[in-house]
Amino acid sequence: MVRYILRRVMYMLVTLFIIATLSFFLMKMLPGSPLNAEDKLSEQQQAIVLEKYGLNDPVPVQYVKYIGGLLQGDLGISFAFSNTPVTDILMDRIGPSAQLGAQALVVGTILGVLLGLIAAISHNGFLDYTSTVIAVLGTSIPNFVFAGLLQFVFAAQLEWFPVALWGDFKHTILPTIALMIFPMATAARFVRTEMVEVLGSNFITTARAKGVSEPGIVFKHGLRNALIPLVTVIGPMAVSLMTGSMVIEQIFAIPGIGEQFVNSVMVNDYPTIMGTTLLFAALFITIILIIDLLYGLIDPRIRISGGDS
Amino acid sequence: MSKLLEVKDLAVSFNTYNGEVQAVRGVSFDLNKGETLAIVGESGSGKSVTTSALMGLLPKPQGVIKSGEILFEGEDLVKKSNKEMQKIRGKDMSMVFQDPMSSLNPTMKVGNQIMEGLIKHQNMNRSDARKKAIELLDQVGIPNPEIRINQYPHQFSGGMRQRVVIAIALACNPKVLIADEPTTALDVTIQAQILELMKNIQKETDSAIIFITHDLGVVANVADRVAVMYAGKVVEYGTVDDIFYNPKHPYTWGLLGSMPTLDNADEELYAIPGSPPDMLNPPKGDAFAPRNKFALEIDAVMEPPMFKVTDTHYAATWLLHEDAPKIEPPESVKKRMQGFANSGGDQ
Repeated sequence: MVRYILRRVMYMLVTLFIIATLSFFLMKMLPGSPLNAEDKLSEQQQAIVLEKYGLNDPVPVQYVKYIGGLLQGDLGISFAFSNTPVTDILMDRIGPSAQLGAQALVVGTILGVLLGLIAAISHNGFLDYTSTVIAVLGTSIPNFVFAGLLQFVFAAQLEWFPVALWGDFKHTILPTIALMIFPMATAARFVRTEMVEVLGSNFITTARAKGVSEPGIVFKHGLRNALIPLVTVIGPMAVSLMTGSMVIEQIFAIPGIGEQFVNSVMVNDYPTIMGTTLLFAALFITIILIIDLLYGLIDPRIRISGGDS
Repeated sequence: MSKLLEVKDLAVSFNTYNGEVQAVRGVSFDLNKGETLAIVGESGSGKSVTTSALMGLLPKPQGVIKSGEILFEGEDLVKKSNKEMQKIRGKDMSMVFQDPMSSLNPTMKVGNQIMEGLIKHQNMNRSDARKKAIELLDQVGIPNPEIRINQYPHQFSGGMRQRVVIAIALACNPKVLIADEPTTALDVTIQAQILELMKNIQKETDSAIIFITHDLGVVANVADRVAVMYAGKVVEYGTVDDIFYNPKHPYTWGLLGSMPTLDNADEELYAIPGSPPDMLNPPKGDAFAPRNKFALEIDAVMEPPMFKVTDTHYAATWLLHEDAPKIEPPESVKKRMQGFANSGGDQ
């Protein structure tokens, strides 16, 4: 097991390196330069600034320098955000995004699983159709529509929650709900489909023939088998939630990483773009590893052996 | 002998989009303590549906018991609620299924699957249930039960899984064990082992077994009595000797004739012509008549009643009516019956 994880971590580092390389050269192909007020600066001033940030070097040289810094854990200095180190910016910004993402993922998945279960149990009944409608709406309506609606109803009209900005827990509720609807709907759809299939399988009949009660059938025998495919979709969903939804963060004026990523692309803030990209990538491959380990936990058939057993 | 289970005129239908499928149309049989009853018939004859109805495991809401009684120790199971049936299932009646590859929960340890029934029906605590589960695994012939109890189904072979399924079924010493084609999905050597195991278990526990199969070789091997089913009805009913040495129904002749033996290896194997009727619109008269070369005119008009052959032997065919022409079974079937009589003694 330990050996397996170590090998996976090595692959992850290689993946990260490839991503760093690719995104570095892609970013260099972006039009424009970090200087957003070129017309106000003289030729010399421009040259000085470019020299200061090492942007006059040929691209391969810049690349080697960047990777060198990367190996020492240095993501460089942001051009745009008052010369702060990129690591500090990311540290500052990941907090709100991660909190919102985690809340949305946990609440959304749990609600989604319940909704899917209810639908599966009342297969083709009223509750099934209701939850299917909710699931279809949740997956097809973009979350910024919900965000606007939530702000209008619960903040502007009822005044239960603040409209926007970042502060205490109350501030997180509306954006969490807006973010949560998609994972909830997705989980509900997956769990319903799987559960209907699992409940029709032979081992459920075996369990019934043993005299197991209906709740026992659903929770003890059905649910675990129905969760296996859900794990696959939860992974990528988790990443996109944790790394922040750019739109939701904009709508609620939340100082998260998604909002800041958009800004850094707009102003060609190279080190910040790179830093954020690498952070997303690192989170993504870490979560994939966690998902792979989770599979083994849920499904004993794909449990990873020690390699020598 | 005391009657443990009595099924009277049981009819089961499935409501489908196309209409009502009459899967079982008035089946009656009884089961004595400690005996083995084999139900034989081709696919779609209603044998599995009959046993699902006995266990209260008909798929809901499509499967409906239209009429009839299932008397288990005098109580009518048809009238019981699902909650009440849960107390009977696994305790008084249990079931072994056809496909051991899919009838065990893949994400649950084998031990837990055996212990579940013990904990529920006999109020055992976990450690007692565990001890009993190890005993059961040992009883069904699984080596190293202390280790195997902690393993998952995928770590067992097909034959071993079927042993586990049998262990689950036996856990609470059921009075009736229903085996729905328990050897069909297994290869021949394993089949023989599983049959042997079931016979031994019956000797030890004295449970009654209902054995569903379409393999007449298995029937000759395990059964005391046989019910032959066709198109949702029992067409012939008797002891093993009655059915194998003195079959009366043309369908039974067909079944016996289509069974390969070592003696007829050179001959062409007999096949019953045609296919079973559509149970959405069951035919008028005798359902087997269209495939029966001995069919009489009355077969197309009226369903034959059960004629008594001997005290133990009944068959539903007009050929047994006193006005019917005397018809002998075809030569090949006669030879087959002769063969059973010759080899029957040493089985």
